[in-house]
Amino acid sequence: MEHIIETNNLSIAFGGHVAVDSLSVKIPKNKFTSVIGPNGAGKTTFFNLLSGQLRPTNGEIFYKGENITKKSSTERTRMGIGRSFQITNVFPNLTVLENVRLAVQSNEKIRYQMMFHFKKYKKFEEKAMELLELVLLETKADSVAINLAHGEKRKLEIAMLLALETDLLLLDEPTAGMSLEEVPAILEVIKKIKEKGDRTIVLIEHKMDMILDLSDQVMVLFNGQLLAQDSPSEIMENKTVQSAYLGGLHDENSA
Amino acid sequence: MRQLGKVQISTWVYLLFGCLLAVVPFVYDNLSMLFLIIQIFIFGIFAMSYDLLLGYTGIVSFGHAMFFGVGAYGVSIVLERNEPTLFFLILGILVALGAAAIISFIAGVLTLRLKSHFYAMLTLALAGLFLVAAEKMRSLTGGSDGLIFTIPDFFKDRTNMYLLALISLVVIFFSLRRLTNSPLGRVLVAIRENEQRTMSLGYKIFPYKVIISVISGVVAAFGGVLYALSIRFIDTTVFAVDVTLDALLMTIIGGVGTLIGPIIGAGLIEYAHHFLSELSDVHWIFERWIILFGIVYILVVIFFPMGIAGSIKNMYMKRKHKKEAKVQQKDNQIAS
Repeated sequence: MEHIIETNNLSIAFGGHVAVDSLSVKIPKNKFTSVIGPNGAGKTTFFNLLSGQLRPTNGEIFYKGENITKKSSTERTRMGIGRSFQITNVFPNLTVLENVRLAVQSNEKIRYQMMFHFKKYKKFEEKAMELLELVLLETKADSVAINLAHGEKRKLEIAMLLALETDLLLLDEPTAGMSLEEVPAILEVIKKIKEKGDRTIVLIEHKMDMILDLSDQVMVLFNGQLLAQDSPSEIMENKTVQSAYLGGLHDENSA
Repeated sequence: MRQLGKVQISTWVYLLFGCLLAVVPFVYDNLSMLFLIIQIFIFGIFAMSYDLLLGYTGIVSFGHAMFFGVGAYGVSIVLERNEPTLFFLILGILVALGAAAIISFIAGVLTLRLKSHFYAMLTLALAGLFLVAAEKMRSLTGGSDGLIFTIPDFFKDRTNMYLLALISLVVIFFSLRRLTNSPLGRVLVAIRENEQRTMSLGYKIFPYKVIISVISGVVAAFGGVLYALSIRFIDTTVFAVDVTLDALLMTIIGGVGTLIGPIIGAGLIEYAHHFLSELSDVHWIFERWIILFGIVYILVVIFFPMGIAGSIKNMYMKRKHKKEAKVQQKDNQIAS
């Protein structure tokens, strides 16, 4: 099977605390991978390493066979690694439409044009609007992002990520903080992307029932280490995973 | 946005104001008043350049006076050493703007990779350096005695000088408005809002910061050029920290993140400066008008953090939203 991104002995330590501990994983192309694990297992740190927000203390990352360990987050986005953030991370004082429009503009590679009015690029706005409709946010297009409810900000995050049209989507708890009625709509969006079959999705999630029927494979992280990587049904049966979640398992280092 | 023909209504309003101001010297012939208005135009240009950094990109500069001073000295030195012809005037302007571009480029490349306070500190230090240099290089700058020079006869006429400053202000205002509304300008605002997010959208933020630092430096230098031409004398006070603080005050009081704000701020501060100094016969406190400004500044930051232009814009937006909400409510009622 072809792999889109691989890590080799990836580690990062914050002071004495090793958040991700020699992690070697391969993520298959155009598949849906879920990452689960108890709080503090290093899931978000793992994402930060993949997307370039953090530099590893050790180890390497390969994207489509190329070593990207030393590349900045900007370069990685341009290569096709897009991510959403667990803590909402948007442009607070800009309108919802402008937030998405900036992402579209970046994807169209209009970066240093300073002679024309930005409205000249009408199609950017139209595309941004389409994305907002996709995540059910079109009525809020003219609101300032800071005034959105938490769940709406999450949806905005997803629209911005989709605007980048990256091959690899890293979704960090996309439905966290959303009201229950909103979750199905977002799942629907994720499902649609998955059905197209031309993108690789990696998802961090706590809601087990949500990931089980979506995922092609599940990775379990525990204390920064890979505990298991298997199909969803196998993971459910896995004794070590169960004990990790129920608190029976103790890492020698953390005890 | 409301439009008339292909142009926004606000553009017409600004142009109308520009035309009204162009008539002023022909109907109101008070030399000291004209001089004051020229100063307002000049500091309007200077404050706009400051707001490009502070209001649009979120970069704090503590040494903006340096660019103003380099512009003023550049044109003064060229004119003082040569015949006051139009050729040397243009050459002087080019020298001034070129020097400012180089300095702002170097300052930007050195510090804009780092967090923004490094840029603030470096510009503060550089501005101090230029102040000392201007005092010590007596052969070139005349030291603290300053330089007196003549300009082409055409601009000696107050009305012509007034029109030059006004046209410069209008042209720069509209160019900068286009710049801030361009795709590049929108990225600058994104950088102000959230640097890290801008990066993860695939923008390299460092070149943007350098570009805007150079543009801002050049515009500020042009303000300095006009300043030198308007008083035909120059000394080291153009490098003083006060000049930077004035730009900061004008921008904050007028409204950060707008272009019209700094112009309004420049008008208010220059006028108050003039008016309060005249009141010094009434009470000694008015001679220390900077104390009063300090109080105004604190009050503005606490109660109107958006400044004058920002607060007006906010009020307008709120009213528009209310109207829209009402229309929507009506629609809903009809529907139900």
